[in-house]
Amino acid sequence: MFAEYTASELTSIFAMQGFAGLILFSVFVLMALGLAIIFGQMGVINMAHGEFMILGAYITYLTSNLFSEYAQNLFSGYFFVAMLLAFMVTFALGALVEWAMIRHLYKRPLDTLLATWGLSLILQQLYRTVFGPREVGVTLPDWLMGSYPLTDMIEIPINGIFVMCITLVISVGVYFWMFKSRWGGQVRAVVQNREMAGAVGINTEKVDRITFALGCGIAGVAGSAFTMVGSTGPTSGQLYIVDTFLVVVFGGASSLLGTIASAFTISQAQSTMEFFLSGSMAKVLTLLVVVGILMLRPQGLFSLKIRK
Amino acid sequence: MLSKTLSSKLKKTALALSASLLLTPTITQAEVNTTGLAVTDDSVTVGILHSVTGTMAISETGSVQAEKLAIEQINAMGGVLGRQIKIIQEDGASDWPTFAEKSKKLLVNDKVAAVFGCWTSASRKAALPVFEQYNGMLYYPTFYEGLEQSPNVIYTGQEATQQILEGLDWASKTKGAKKFYLLGSDYIWPRTSNKIARKHIENVLKAKVVGEEYYPLGHTQFNSVINKIKLKKPDVVFISVVGGSNVAFYKQLKAAGIDMTKESPLFLTISVTEDEILGIGGENIEGIYASMKYFQSLPNDNNKAFVEAFKKKWGKDIVIGDVTQAAYLGPWLWKAAVEKAGSFDVDKVREASPGIELTTAPEGYVKVHKNHHLWSKTRIGVAMPDGQYKVVYESDDLIEPDPFPEGYQ
Repeated sequence: MFAEYTASELTSIFAMQGFAGLILFSVFVLMALGLAIIFGQMGVINMAHGEFMILGAYITYLTSNLFSEYAQNLFSGYFFVAMLLAFMVTFALGALVEWAMIRHLYKRPLDTLLATWGLSLILQQLYRTVFGPREVGVTLPDWLMGSYPLTDMIEIPINGIFVMCITLVISVGVYFWMFKSRWGGQVRAVVQNREMAGAVGINTEKVDRITFALGCGIAGVAGSAFTMVGSTGPTSGQLYIVDTFLVVVFGGASSLLGTIASAFTISQAQSTMEFFLSGSMAKVLTLLVVVGILMLRPQGLFSLKIRK
Repeated sequence: MLSKTLSSKLKKTALALSASLLLTPTITQAEVNTTGLAVTDDSVTVGILHSVTGTMAISETGSVQAEKLAIEQINAMGGVLGRQIKIIQEDGASDWPTFAEKSKKLLVNDKVAAVFGCWTSASRKAALPVFEQYNGMLYYPTFYEGLEQSPNVIYTGQEATQQILEGLDWASKTKGAKKFYLLGSDYIWPRTSNKIARKHIENVLKAKVVGEEYYPLGHTQFNSVINKIKLKKPDVVFISVVGGSNVAFYKQLKAAGIDMTKESPLFLTISVTEDEILGIGGENIEGIYASMKYFQSLPNDNNKAFVEAFKKKWGKDIVIGDVTQAAYLGPWLWKAAVEKAGSFDVDKVREASPGIELTTAPEGYVKVHKNHHLWSKTRIGVAMPDGQYKVVYESDDLIEPDPFPEGYQ
């Protein structure tokens, strides 16, 4: 299959393919992290995760319109403002949803699945009413488009690097928040034993609310970042939800490190196979492998992680 | 059931009587409608059946708008056979069984004279048995894979060969393309289209297909296929990727350092209309070519009037894609057929349909073939940064529709 290409061509293609795998890896981590926090730490299956992401994307769209209307000279920097706004808005909505809906359902984890699925439908129709059924085009600042040519053949996409950086920053942030901060300690205490955590004076309701809101906030940032690589429409969130769950479930729901490891495995497997096979077959094989491994190691499956 | 038939018969007789008693100058209800359709002396009811909710709403909204505009214009001109057109709109909700259910409701309960609707092939295939069973008339606007010819459907979009062959010929002749790479979403339309494309490339153009590849619907990561394209160095990448995947594909193509305006390779799509460019962003897709029958920028007078009327009704920022224009033709073709037949009866309309001509179509002159598809021209446009296509080529003659192309299956 490679006979017709020169050695230098092959080297550069493999380098680029490895890089494509890394980008896919960051995308997976970014979209799965918020879900992993909510699912792993709270046992809530958030089917509206994709819609929170798209809310972030729409916030980015609005911000870009605002900047091009009123602050054209600051346009190149609007993306950072947009990501911050996306985080704040989705965080707030997440807190609201937790207060209005999720907190009544903690003892019934399967019902959270239904309720959040309903929420996702409501949000989709809301976006459709407000922004129209058509996809919107998010204009990106010039410095985010295009690529950096390393050699003649190897070109590094700038937005890929950018997504990687965001993923790194957020992952490190989440790590410190969960394992080094007082808040994180409280969250982990609540996950391990709710009654005891309450007895020693931890406000468990508040912890739940912040955890859920944080998961949604990260989804919002992810959605904002994905305007660079994907589409923004009322139902675009659905495009991500399957992969997201795949990553989280495969990684083992309660472990954030597992999520990262699983994102790495799946992304590398998929991008390697996509290169040798056609896209659809690569997807089928990836899913087959995941199913096979889950049969042998079912620790990550939905049913095992239920709040007692 | 019995009482219903009886009462409807009574009603019909009563209507016919009253009409003949009034001695109105227009043709009476009984003469133009012998099958109990929802036709009165001053109105006729038709159905519009598209998804306005769910994932397909993004594509089907334009069609609804076009059909409503056409009907409004027909009404302003005095209607059909002196009758104003009333619309009953149903929502297919992006769910194929719902299309079948709503079709039945429109045909059986509402007794509509014609239905303008369906968008995806899946929705058409779901509704088709209902139209054939209850003898309804469906005007279907989307370009599609062909391999179908129902007496109950008029296909106002292109079947596969009309859209593909001329585009490939153009790439081969004008651009000297020798190596083609076929890329599509993984469902029936891209697969059938690429099958036809491959046969044409290999047998007629004597060129080579260096890659053929499908990605699941909704796929958002195309870096691997972009690398493959870079490695295989085709002259033309022939694309039938649809929906949200489009946005991801073109954005990533640009991010990977491929300048589409350099035409190496040349990107030729059959799935990106002005509607899709809205979501992709004109600056991300500048320089690709599309093979369609209609572009919003077509310079003829019909089209100028159409674009102006469309924007006046639906907002100045709106864009019009290939399918939207095809949907606009539906009501006009139906009107012409009804007037030729002098009757709303579905059988008579069907008989009258072949040979119907439309000189006022925005795309220019079209004619209904006896296989219920349209004769129409194929055009190639190049995408401009403002999100419009500039027409660079137009076929000399109308292309004959050929839903069952021999040697391509």
